[in-house]
Amino acid sequence: MNVPITFIIGLSAFMFTVGILGVLLRRNAIVIFMSLELMFNAANLLFVGFAAYHQVLDGQLFVFFVMAVAAADVAIGLALIVMIFRNRHSIDVDKVSSLKG
Amino acid sequence: MLPDMIVYGVIAAVVAGSAIGMLVSRNAVYSALFLVLNFASVALIYLLLGAPFIAMTQVTVYAGAIMVLFLFVIMLLGAEHLPDTQKTSNQGVVAFVMAVVFLAELGMVLLRRGGDGLPIADLPAGFGSPTAIGELLFTRYVLPFEVVSIILLIGIIGAIALIQRQKNTRPALFVLEDRAPEEKEA
Repeated sequence: MNVPITFIIGLSAFMFTVGILGVLLRRNAIVIFMSLELMFNAANLLFVGFAAYHQVLDGQLFVFFVMAVAAADVAIGLALIVMIFRNRHSIDVDKVSSLKG
Repeated sequence: MLPDMIVYGVIAAVVAGSAIGMLVSRNAVYSALFLVLNFASVALIYLLLGAPFIAMTQVTVYAGAIMVLFLFVIMLLGAEHLPDTQKTSNQGVVAFVMAVVFLAELGMVLLRRGGDGLPIADLPAGFGSPTAIGELLFTRYVLPFEVVSIILLIGIIGAIALIQRQKNTRPALFVLEDRAPEEKEA
């Protein structure tokens, strides 16, 4: 694909920033978690972009490992969210503030 | 070069639009569906960048398995909408300003360090094919591969231990610890 690597960097930076905004702005724990996935995806896009740019396959292998770890991450994270919901009947992160002094 | 730019521009617009759609949707189910669209279009970019295996993994693992898990939990908990509460004062403005500053910083650093802006050259045939990935995965990266399999196993065990419903209120892990000495005595 004859596209400058700059465009891919720009798209990845934009996706990462939207993910950060999601973590900062939203109160629904599940949506915060989805924003984390978006940030993983932005990093993966850079890996694949530079793998093509330098014509080295190792970047794609890293994306493979990131995906596998993200899958384990989601399983544990959603289990935690279900536990929080079961104990507090809400997944509003502003209400989970027992440790606040 | 121009046709490639047009194709990439359209897909990038879908990626950016679906990311923003995920951010602003009030309903968590819509957020999840926007994220599926985002993952699918990123998979298309992977295809254009000579990574067919990674693109297929993206569709099956991310858009398939992970997002189904998300949708399942959203609908299980009935957490599509949160009841409106008082918003923390001007948290949104601060977050937005910080995000803009972060984007500017990230853009500056990456553009200055991220290569010469030359277009990506044509890739050799078979680059990123399952054969090539598999060869590298089971030679140079065989140790990380095994570590990832152990991480996945621990993830399964952790999820089961967390979710398990016990009659008493203590988590399942502690109950297992309590039982262990009795078995030794027997």
